[in-house]
This record gives sequence, C-alpha cells and structure tokens, in this order.
Amino acid sequence: MPSYVITEKCDGCKGQERTACMYICPNDLMKLDRDRMKAYNQEPDQCWECYNCVKICPQQAIEVRGYQDFCPMGANVIPLRGTDAIMWTIKFRDGSLKRFKFPIRTTPEGSIDPYAGLPEPDYNKIKEPGFFTHQGEGKEMPTP
Amino acid sequence: MEKETCTFSYCAEPEIVEVETDILLVGGGMACCGAAFEACRWATPKGIKVVMVDKAATDRSGSVAMGLSAINTYMGENDPADYVKYVRKDLMGIIREDLVYDLGRHVDDSVHLFEEWGLPIWRITDEGKKVDGAEAKKIGKKLKDGAKPVRSGRWQIMINGESYKVIVAEAAKKALEYNRQETGMEQNHFERVFIVKLIPDADNPNRVAGAVGFSVREHKAYVFKAKCMLVAAGGCVNVFRPRSTGEGMGRTWFAVWNAGSTYAMPAELGAKMVLMENRFVPARFKDGYGPVGAWFLFFKAKATNALGEDYCATHHEELKQKYGSYAEILGTCLRNEAMMDDMKKGKGPIWMRTDLAFEEAKKVMDAKELKHLEAEAWEDFLDMTISQAGLWAANNIRPEEKYSELMPAEPYLLGSHAGCAGLWTSGPEDICKKHGLDEYFWGYNRMTTIDGLFTAGDGCGASGHKFSSGSHAEGRIAGKEMVRYVLEHQDYQPKLAKDAKEYVAEIFLPFEIYEKYKNYTTDPNVNPHYIRPSLLQKRLQKIMDEYVGGAGYWYMTSKTMLEEGLRQLEMLKEDSVRMAAADHHELMRCWENYHRIVAGEAHARHILFREETRYPGYYFRGDFPNIDDENWKCFSVSRINPENGQWEFEKIPYKQIIPD
Repeated sequence: MPSYVITEKCDGCKGQERTACMYICPNDLMKLDRDRMKAYNQEPDQCWECYNCVKICPQQAIEVRGYQDFCPMGANVIPLRGTDAIMWTIKFRDGSLKRFKFPIRTTPEGSIDPYAGLPEPDYNKIKEPGFFTHQGEGKEMPTP
Repeated sequence: MEKETCTFSYCAEPEIVEVETDILLVGGGMACCGAAFEACRWATPKGIKVVMVDKAATDRSGSVAMGLSAINTYMGENDPADYVKYVRKDLMGIIREDLVYDLGRHVDDSVHLFEEWGLPIWRITDEGKKVDGAEAKKIGKKLKDGAKPVRSGRWQIMINGESYKVIVAEAAKKALEYNRQETGMEQNHFERVFIVKLIPDADNPNRVAGAVGFSVREHKAYVFKAKCMLVAAGGCVNVFRPRSTGEGMGRTWFAVWNAGSTYAMPAELGAKMVLMENRFVPARFKDGYGPVGAWFLFFKAKATNALGEDYCATHHEELKQKYGSYAEILGTCLRNEAMMDDMKKGKGPIWMRTDLAFEEAKKVMDAKELKHLEAEAWEDFLDMTISQAGLWAANNIRPEEKYSELMPAEPYLLGSHAGCAGLWTSGPEDICKKHGLDEYFWGYNRMTTIDGLFTAGDGCGASGHKFSSGSHAEGRIAGKEMVRYVLEHQDYQPKLAKDAKEYVAEIFLPFEIYEKYKNYTTDPNVNPHYIRPSLLQKRLQKIMDEYVGGAGYWYMTSKTMLEEGLRQLEMLKEDSVRMAAADHHELMRCWENYHRIVAGEAHARHILFREETRYPGYYFRGDFPNIDDENWKCFSVSRINPENGQWEFEKIPYKQIIPD
C-alpha cells in the first residue's frame, strides 16, 4: 500500500531543508519537489507501508492506498498518533467503519534518562558474563 | 565488456568526511541500539569513543520500524536451557548452544529496560485479569518485580508496541549523546549514511580498520576509522522474486530495506559464514503478510486446508516416517511442508479459521470481552503489519465472521527470527571453556573470524529465535565486549589498507557511468552501456527463484539447478560493476543490490555444499531429499578467500551441551 500525498494538504513543511516524511521514511522514499513545494513517494514499489510518513506528517497530508496488484479499491486505514496513544480509523470497502485506540507509550516523549538509577560498570568484571546492570545488582549469570 | 573506472571525469567528486573513533556501530536497529546503550556505559568513563552510522533515521530504522505486537523472547520463569531446546528443535538440531544459552540468560534485562523506558507491556493482574500496557503501568508493579506478563506462548509476551523502536532509539541516542559530550566528539550519530564496504588494516588483512559509505542526502563520502566495529544491519529481503511483482513487491514480510549488507560486507573481507543455506519461509496471511503467531498461540485459531482438514495432523505420520525424531513435534519448516503438500494436491486455499476461534471464545466470554478480543485481533496487525488490516477492510473481512487465506512466502535470509543464517562468531568464554568448545571460542564473544569485527542480531549465525529483545541483548553483549577489545588493544592505530580516495571512487562508479552514457540514448532507462539497479534486482530475483528454490518453484532445487544458477549469478556479478545511478537514492539501491547478490550467492553455494535436505519446507534438494545426520549434523562454514575470491567450505562439528 504505497503512501500518497494529498496535494492540497501538503505544505512541503514550509520550505525547511527536509520535510518530516523525508526525515522519517526508513527506505528513503519521500522526496520534496522544490518547484511545487510538495512531497511525493519516489519509489512506490519499494514502500513497506510502515505508515511512519503518515504518522509523522504535521498536516495529515499523507495516506496509504492499497497496492493495486492485489488489493481491491475503496478501503483505507488512517492513524492519528498522539503522545501516549494512537487512534485508528478503518474504513471498509463496503463503507462501514471501525475505530480503535491503543496505548503506545507510558512515559513522556524525550523523558528517558538511560542510566538513571542504574549501577556503575565494574571493570573488574568486564570479562565475566552479564551486563553492567546484572553485575551491579550482584546477579550471577547461570552456566549450563 | 570493457572495465569502467571512476575518475570523476563525468560526475562531481564528493567531499570526503573522515571520522575516527574507537568503536563503530554499523546499523541502527535493535542490535545496534542495544550495543550503543551497553557500550556507552562502559566506554565513556574510560574516554572510549562510540559512533553509530544508520542508513535511515534511528527512530524508525530496522525491522522494528513499524512496531511490533509482541516480544518473542522473554524467559521470565523459564530456564534458558529449555529455551535452547526449543530453538534447537525448531532449527532442525544444529545450533550454537553456547550462543543461544548466552542470549537466554541475558535477554530479560533488555525487556525490563524497555518497560522502564515506557514500552506498554500487557499484564495479568493479581486478580487474574488481563490488562494492556497503559493499565499495567497504573497498577505499578513491574516485570522486574515479578509482575506477570500476558504470555501468548511459552517465550512470547504481548505488548502495545506501536512505538517500540522510537522508545529503544531514544535510549540509544541519549547514551550516544552522553558518550559524545564526555569524549568531546563533534558528532557520533550519523543518520542517512549508508556504509557499503569494510576496510582491512594495512598491516593485517584479517583485521578490520574502517568502513566507507556515503550520504544519501548530500554529495559526501564518509570514511570511518575504528579499532573495532559491530556490523548489525539486518537480514536479507528481496533476494528472491517476491510473490507480488508489481507495486506490491515492497510489501515483503521482513523489512524491505534489509539488503544483506550484514552478510555481504564481512564476507567480502573474508569473514566466515555459517548455515547460510538456512532461510526462513514464513507462512503468513496472504499478500499482506500479517503475523500468524498471535492467531495460533493467543487466539487459539487453527489453520486448515479448504476441506477443513488440519494439515499438520493429517501429515504428521508421513512426516515422522520421512524425518524420524525431527518430526515428533512439527517445527516451523515441517508445518510448511505439510501445508505445501496439500496446496500441491489442489486442497487449497489454506485458511486461518479466525471465525472458529471467535466461536470458541463466545462460549466463555461476554459481549464486552468479545469486543475487546476483536480489538486485540486488529491491534495485532495495526501494531506491526498495518497493510494487512487494510487488506481485511478492502476485502470486507471481519475476522470474527470470515476466515482468511494463508500462504508460504518467498524466502528470506536472516538470523534473528525462525532462521539461523549468518556469520560464524566466537562464543562466551565461560560456557565454551566449561564444555570444551575450542572450535567456538577465540577471545571475544560475538566477534567474527575477522579481528575486531563483531556482529549481532541477524548477523550472528546458527542461533535464531532472538527476535527484537534478543537482538537488543545480543547487541549489548557485543557492545560490552567491544569496550574490552579497545581496552586490551590500547596501542592499536587502525591504518586503512588503501588510500580512502580509491574506495570513494569505487563507491561512486554508478554515478560516473550514468553521467558518461546517459545521453547516448533518447531514454536513459534503456541504454546498452549500463543496468539500473531496479532491473539488476529483478534479474537477481529471477535467478534465485528459478534455480535456488524460490516460491515459484515450490522451493525445489538440486546440484544441477544450483550450478546453472551460479553460472548466471557470476555473470550478474560481472554486470553489477555496470550499474548506473542518477541520484544518491539510486546509488543506495545499487549498493544494496550488490550486497543482495553476495548474500544470494552465499545462500546458493551453501545449499550446494550441504548434500541433504536439512530444512524441508524451507527448501528441498531434489537430489538429496532426506535429512542425513550421519554426514551433515554439523555446521557448514564458508569463507571467500580475499586473496583469490574463491569460496572455501569446511564442516565444523556440532556439539550438544544441553541434554535432550
């Protein structure tokens, strides 16, 4: 299901060096057409449909339509990703709708302090099995 | 054809950015994020520099980019020895038990960190109620403190994993930033830089000294020098012709950007590879490749042929006769064989009976609980294979009413999921010494046979079933060992074997070729002087499918077929130096597809070497259709001799350390 960009909604991320979709696409597919200031998917047959461009677009200008070599027309799946939950709206080919909401994160974005409260590494034990966390808490690694 | 060289006579010469570090992480997925977290903790107080290079944005790079609905490796109350037994059974008896046990005893700590960092993990409350990750957080008790996760299988736990990778990446990036500030580097996290080649040391061709690549965004080449490095950049996808060859060829089961770089780059340096004949053929929801694990394990659904027969049950006796004790419990590949056999007899389509699973649930659940179950079924797809949800909607399929079709996919090469292709690495010292595993140990845990070159995740072979959490933990094991490597090699100064400019010229050759010839024809897409990477990929996929046992040929191959396939692969490799790229994005595709060829060739040569059918249901050798324990219950290990480019093979004994 390659992503597509709705012309009217895309503002090219207001002429920044790169758009949000360009920044995030794991396969480097999103490209900004600088003449029109609109983004597009430059290689739809390499799109994994991961929806990361859809989720990140500040204008909600990106959606995904089913791969036409196997997918019947008329349905869509639209996410709205917040800071702690994601809301999905699924439209069936027959027009009926389903909505789901799922948690995505239990801590505020950017709040991770990776080593807070964790032990210091003990260099005398660097050759032994176990991470610094195990070793600092005195956990012995079992051996078979 | 005449050999083309790049002298930058036609395309502009890129700026060369040189970066020196102690530890280099090539990749940005679960394994490299784990390595960053562990390595930066040990490295930073000692002033050791750690640098990560990712070809995408780390927040959403690697195989977990879309998210996941489960963590598939969590020991909890289980003994790692039982985990070894499970992995050994599923991978047909030949695994590195030292590596698998080592992973099992480490992995839970990574899962506990994920929970701490904010990953919602489902929980069974003290009252026996099942709650999602957000509810669980409110209750307060953590897995680490003995809270009970919701198990979908013995090793799997359910999560709300839409942001799994974002969370893991945040911790890794912060760890890197701590290292950067303390060691005074200008930059130690490079995104959108694609490493395409590893460089040996000038004084020792069996030691890695650096890596070269380019920015996919700017006209810049990157040359990294490092004392040691981790190459963990995923498995190999789209090396075989996929079932959907139109627009849908991007809808692969494993992440489409996994291009075999993890295997190809070390192999070209002369690193030994193991079990590269192994592959994974996932039987998944047809076309969308939605996951089946939760349906089988959590929702208790059954798969049947179109006549309603449970094909695993109807084939069990026959499989036992063919494969003896290997078929007592049907592992993933043997379940595939049973399915394929019915398909070949015209008993398809194969159905996942989601409707019957809901019917069973109705007997014990009230309306509210059923509604919740339905949401869970959709979330399973929406968290990790969104398009499968779209495909259900497009076909007006409601899983509680209508069953869905299953199909065995095209083959994938990987070492983290239900497969075990990869590099041959040293194991943990304590286990190897205790059990006399001399052939499996040479100094540093997870170091390949190239001095200073480590791997993890999909890269580390003969040890599958790590999945996301195991890849993170294995990256941490390697990360810690790399710090020890640097501490024990303080005097080593990496020296690149050749001048950096020579490598850069080689990398940008597809640019030079394109600029030189593009105006020869009126349409730059049809030109006798070069091949565009998209067509080279299709040629590779056709060869692999037709001669190396692809889905189109019912996964069947033989010596004669493989030899013809290898002849064609040789010519493809010769033509690969004629690839042309019009921009940096296409240059990335050129090198990805070059890596795919090397990985594909390794796969074909390994299948040819192993004269038996070790993984029926993943591939079949028509000329050696049985499992031959007498001759082949061993590791098949290969190496490209860097001096002459010849492939060399050896058998290394399999040693069992966990009793049956």
